[in-house]
Amino acid sequence: MASTQRRPVIQITGLKKQYKLGQIGGGTLTHDLQSWWARVRGKEDPNTVIGTDTRLFGQTFMALNGVDLTVYQGEALGIIGRNGAGKSTLLKILSRITAPTEGEIRLRGRVASMLEVGTGFNNEMTGRENIYMNGAILGMTRAEVDAKLDQIIEFSECGDFIDTPVKRYSSGMFVKLAFAVAAHLDSEIMVMDEVLAVGDMKFQQKCLGKMSDVAGQEGRTVLYVSHNMSTIRQLCTRCVVLDQGKIIYDGDVEQAIAVYMDTTDVNVVHYDLAKVSRMTGSAGKRLRLESLDFLDKESSVFADTEKMRVKITWRVSEPFAGIHMKLNLHFRDSTPVGITHPVDLGAAEPGRLYTTIFEFDPSLLGEGQYFFYIDIFDGALAQAVCLDKPVTEFAFEVTSGDLSMPEWAAGWGRIHFPPVKLLED
Amino acid sequence: MAEQIQTNDRNDEWTTIIKPRTGWFDIDLQELWRYRDLITMFVKRNFTVLYKQTILGPLWIILNPLITTVLFNVVFGGIAGLSTDGTPSFLFYMAGNTLWTFFASCINNTANTFVANSQVFGKVYFPRLSTPISQVLTSLINFFIQFVMFVLFWIYFWVTGAGIHLTLWVIALPFVVLEVMLLGLGVGIIVSALTTKYRDLAIAVGFGVQLWMYISPVVYPLSSLDESPRLRALMTLNPMTSPVEVFRMATLGTGTVLVGNLVYSVVVTLIALVAGIILFSRIEKTFMDTV
Repeated sequence: MASTQRRPVIQITGLKKQYKLGQIGGGTLTHDLQSWWARVRGKEDPNTVIGTDTRLFGQTFMALNGVDLTVYQGEALGIIGRNGAGKSTLLKILSRITAPTEGEIRLRGRVASMLEVGTGFNNEMTGRENIYMNGAILGMTRAEVDAKLDQIIEFSECGDFIDTPVKRYSSGMFVKLAFAVAAHLDSEIMVMDEVLAVGDMKFQQKCLGKMSDVAGQEGRTVLYVSHNMSTIRQLCTRCVVLDQGKIIYDGDVEQAIAVYMDTTDVNVVHYDLAKVSRMTGSAGKRLRLESLDFLDKESSVFADTEKMRVKITWRVSEPFAGIHMKLNLHFRDSTPVGITHPVDLGAAEPGRLYTTIFEFDPSLLGEGQYFFYIDIFDGALAQAVCLDKPVTEFAFEVTSGDLSMPEWAAGWGRIHFPPVKLLED
Repeated sequence: MAEQIQTNDRNDEWTTIIKPRTGWFDIDLQELWRYRDLITMFVKRNFTVLYKQTILGPLWIILNPLITTVLFNVVFGGIAGLSTDGTPSFLFYMAGNTLWTFFASCINNTANTFVANSQVFGKVYFPRLSTPISQVLTSLINFFIQFVMFVLFWIYFWVTGAGIHLTLWVIALPFVVLEVMLLGLGVGIIVSALTTKYRDLAIAVGFGVQLWMYISPVVYPLSSLDESPRLRALMTLNPMTSPVEVFRMATLGTGTVLVGNLVYSVVVTLIALVAGIILFSRIEKTFMDTV
């Protein structure tokens, strides 16, 4: 670390962020009047999100529930946690996108936040114009961008196309240019949310290297949120684990990753989904999952000869002709494993609770702990509109009943293919 | 290095403190000034985006008011035969339309600030006010171009002896333009703050501005209401009445300008602006939770 005396640059005290349940803004005046009129007559509000327990309406949910954290100059701090643990909320407050409900954050220096790569990029403008634009959005003055322009262009590897409108760029070039701008900002604090998940491996490594330099040699402070434990290991000098809006571990990176993995719970076989938050703002409005159960099990541990049987219940608020569902499978450290081929759940009408039971064969998975998300969408996968995707991670464990197999080795990946078929010569 | 550090870092103090939303007038003008390069970039972008892939490009800036003026001339001057206070009807309509177009574009382009920019606002912080300010400045540049066109026509009519003359009110013109701009900004950002809750307002605003034009002396002079004092008094409640009349008084030499009305108009402008900034700064901190 660059500084010998530890100079705090971020000091978070008692930070809380509260969201109101059931209240979703951006309505129309007509809807508000409708809801008001329904309440006056003592009827059910026609605009309540379906499946929301009306008792919960107006109740609150603490996305962050008392976070205290001090970050010192030159540190590269990793922030990990399950979806819904409060990581994004913390970053949003740090980047001043939304205000906290309680508590405060004190900062020394400017914060450059990269919650997304290429924010504010305009397709009609050239690469060079976009560097200025993006730099300005991230808080740089024109003179500062001027001074760094050559470095940025060189780092981006887009030199030949710098005066071409970015709409002609490949997505790879776009990302490289965007990252180059952000990485060269003269800010004392950098906040990044999985921006490295994009781009090719070679460029990813280059970015990680750049980030390490930024923290180690230039004495700047990096806050990095990721689901990718290997980038956390590579970049971070310290790591905190968030769970249910609180810091449950703060310190050594390896230790933090171990704590994070233990937050998976295979003893839960029933999930109530009506009030958990959703991956996107529009998810869970037109169709809402209400519960999920692992059937005939006391814990979600499956031998690889066993079939997993799962029951879900859901409602719709408007008729649908075809609803599709897939599972997104992840290893317990959040590494994506794969998806299931979508299935058609058929048509649905509002007003009744649908029950669907499906079976999944875990025998293709190597031993270990996994979780899946449920993704329900409209139409074909290519142009799917997400109808519902709760942030809940449905954890399960796969154990091998085959005594001839040794313990699953980490280097084997996650897929356990069936044996090759020997063909007659 | 960051200016923020130079100004605030004397004793290694904290430079930024993020707290829950407090106070009514919680706005950092110094910070806005630091982001002036961003505002310039936004203005440049507004032009680039608007005229890329159009055939006539920036020519639209003058074609638009020219066509409208001709249309007003035919409909209100020719068919309806409305009075133009004895000035050439073409110049009369062009004067009104130039100022009104400026005002209308100030409102229309700022009214959807939050909804149109929610993507960017959700990902990065910069003073949100820089977006509507850049929109208003873009409108101001357009206005200058249209004003130059108006001046050219004015010279033509003056040379050919149409009986128009400048008055001392010309001195007040920059202030009138500034007032119109601030009124447009104020009303626009009030609407933009409200549209985060009620999307219908975004649709209503375009229509509302159009209606507003007809209760402003754009296609008719205020003096045409001289016979009905009650209607005239009602008209003066409209804060845009005085600016339009002053604009014509200055350039064409006719108009009804009462200092009392003018002061009233300025006061309304300031109220709208302050109310707008307060509403805007309250919304900007939490609107990402509701969009």
